[in-house]
Amino acid sequence: MPTNASAAAHALTDVTASDSTLRRFLHGLPGVDAVGLEGRAASLGTRSIKTTAKAYAIDLAISMVDLTTLEGADTPGKVRALGVKAVHPDPTDRTTPATAAVCVYPDMVATAKEAVAGSTVKVASVATAFPAGRAALAVKLADVRDAVAAGADEIDMVIDRGAFLAGNYMKVYDEIVAVKSACGTSARLKVIFETGELSTYDNIRRASWLGMLAGADFIKTSTGKVAVNATPANTLLMLEAVRDFRTQTGIQVGVKPAGGIRTTKDAVKFLVLVNETVGEDWLDNHWFRFGASSLLNDLLMQRQKLATGRYSGPDYVTVD
Amino acid sequence: MASVFEYAPAPESRSIVDIAPSYGLFIDGEFVEAADGKVFKTVSPSTEEVLAEIAQAGEADVDRAVKAARKAFEKWSALPGSERAKYLFRIARIIQERARELAVLETLDNGKPIKETRDADLPLVAAHFFYYAGWADKLEHAGFGASPRPLGVAGQVIPWNFPLLMLAWKIAPALATGNTVVLKPAETTPLSALFFADICRQAGLPKGVVNILPGYGDAGAAVVAHPDVNKVAFTGSTAVGKEIARTVAGTRKKVTLELGGKGANIVFDDAPIDQAVEGIVNGIFFNQGQVCCAGSRLLVQESIQDELLDSLKRRLSTLRLGDPLDKNTDIGAINSEEQLTRITSLVEQGEAEGAERWSPACEIPTAGYWFAPTLFTNVTQAHTVARDEIFGPVLSVLTFRTPDEAVAKANNTAYGLSAGIWTEKGSRILAVANKLRAGVVWSNTFNKFDPTSPFGGYKESGFGREGGRHGLEAYLAPSSPEGER
Repeated sequence: MPTNASAAAHALTDVTASDSTLRRFLHGLPGVDAVGLEGRAASLGTRSIKTTAKAYAIDLAISMVDLTTLEGADTPGKVRALGVKAVHPDPTDRTTPATAAVCVYPDMVATAKEAVAGSTVKVASVATAFPAGRAALAVKLADVRDAVAAGADEIDMVIDRGAFLAGNYMKVYDEIVAVKSACGTSARLKVIFETGELSTYDNIRRASWLGMLAGADFIKTSTGKVAVNATPANTLLMLEAVRDFRTQTGIQVGVKPAGGIRTTKDAVKFLVLVNETVGEDWLDNHWFRFGASSLLNDLLMQRQKLATGRYSGPDYVTVD
Repeated sequence: MASVFEYAPAPESRSIVDIAPSYGLFIDGEFVEAADGKVFKTVSPSTEEVLAEIAQAGEADVDRAVKAARKAFEKWSALPGSERAKYLFRIARIIQERARELAVLETLDNGKPIKETRDADLPLVAAHFFYYAGWADKLEHAGFGASPRPLGVAGQVIPWNFPLLMLAWKIAPALATGNTVVLKPAETTPLSALFFADICRQAGLPKGVVNILPGYGDAGAAVVAHPDVNKVAFTGSTAVGKEIARTVAGTRKKVTLELGGKGANIVFDDAPIDQAVEGIVNGIFFNQGQVCCAGSRLLVQESIQDELLDSLKRRLSTLRLGDPLDKNTDIGAINSEEQLTRITSLVEQGEAEGAERWSPACEIPTAGYWFAPTLFTNVTQAHTVARDEIFGPVLSVLTFRTPDEAVAKANNTAYGLSAGIWTEKGSRILAVANKLRAGVVWSNTFNKFDPTSPFGGYKESGFGREGGRHGLEAYLAPSSPEGER
């Protein structure tokens, strides 16, 4: 555990003094053995979570969902429906916890805000030319300010993968710092790496540290818009990164796997990863989220099954 | 570990396995009582519950079994390889079909977690039979002469740590090459071998080809000493291995011995730390450390010692010790009271010699034989815990400064069965592996097994190789003139 958080943070601040110190630091991080990492993730995937533990995990998972719609066809009606669902996921059972947030494009933030008004549900907005991130910094920052002004509680930004893969770490760092500053004090910042495009585990570890050094409140796997999104292995790796970062700096950072998590079984496996890698400090929707849409209905069906002993079916949960 | 996310008990059902109150010896295709009527009990080490009463083989039974195996040898060895393969493939498939039953049985009799029997032991057992089934009709092309011949009757004595897997390592190559078998399982774990006898019947294996003789050390000694046994294969302690070597000296018996170990797991400062920690845990706590090739000596580069030990201790605190049938159990029971006593006394000796002992907080069940995962730091090459095989969940941590020192310390042991190297630098893996005197060297992993890979030791870890093409040699007489008997 850190003895002096601010001193430690200061020590790591030197890391970002120049392009070369940053590069040296990121390339000095311990390597990742892909076979070993995937093996560990798979072995934690065999945990058998039953009865009371399952009930706990399902409610926790529901409370961690960032209920997401990021389509060109999004309308105010669709976003309102999503907001209402986030507040009361199961209309037949009011004991069901609310989700953590709804996640929408910036132009839908105001509508979403209205839909969840008076509840605990936050509004997250993707920004910075999501999902490609290929726009000028000024455009990205305008995108962020627009979402924040509309009342977004959280901003999900994408990093410039092109700059990262070209080895231009300082550019990526500066951009995150600028976005963080545009978020002001009101919005928490989630930094999306698009792990499927970073491709190697070594890159994912470096990106995780880069994001945390730049002030990310959350590190997030992916946009959900590419072939490979959240996997148990890349999420495990990012959990190790936030664990080690807190040990060194005293600063706790959240993790959000997004894309491809569709079933209760999958979600429970991710919660096991959290439990056995970083522990209960992260078992809270302030520190762990699922970026998902269809996952919620499966969680609700499993919740009903636990309560009644019977599987209902897709007609007993709401479509949105 | 108390957590808000407490896993509810998730026990695998016992009802899938039907254990009879008593079992006989399996001789010439029949279950029979011991000639002198002796029996012994086998208990479940996690609860001390008596599972069954087993006929105890004596010298007369060994003689009977060897005669049955000799009689069966004539026809069995004359079968075309492709016909023998059919039986082996059938056995492999039956093992797969009955995998869950056998996994539960093994967990009950041995004490190891169901997670391991289900995900490691049983898949490897089936894979071993499939692998050697494939060789049965290709022996002419295995590199042991144009028409290698079987040796005759193989006397095999196996240990209690991987009862069914060690049986597979012994029986699969013996049958594939046309030998017949008399096998003695360990006295604390006879059940899976007796279930295997049932599988042999189910597969229609000709009578006498496989004979199973549960019993104690005297029965094993009788198998080894029997004049009509042509081949002795033993896995177990170095002390017994030496006795066996003395017994067979001056006879024409071919011998393979797979004995103890004190494997070094070498972690360099450029290692993938998180995966190295997993590898260290898997290296020494897999099967409660009751593994001959366990990575029981951790050699860590001094510059990363603190960081690595912190990570390792944090990881050990998440290990779940308890009911072996619970699917979430990581650490099961020690196999027997005798073994627990041995581990306890060696650990006490380690403390007395000044090594620093550490274990995570963990609740030990009241019944059964248990030992908490244990680390020793401040260990030098002179400490008993760095020299003697403990065969339990006990890791001794030593440090080194340079690659040469790591190699020198790793090799500074009477054993030479396994070693591990952790580094992201490929050239270092190759350079160090070439200098390690160990039968198997794992790089950036540990305790990975595959039937295609030969396994065996240097020095007091034994001789001969099991597994892979090399494993055939132990059961074949080459067709060259030197091989004629």
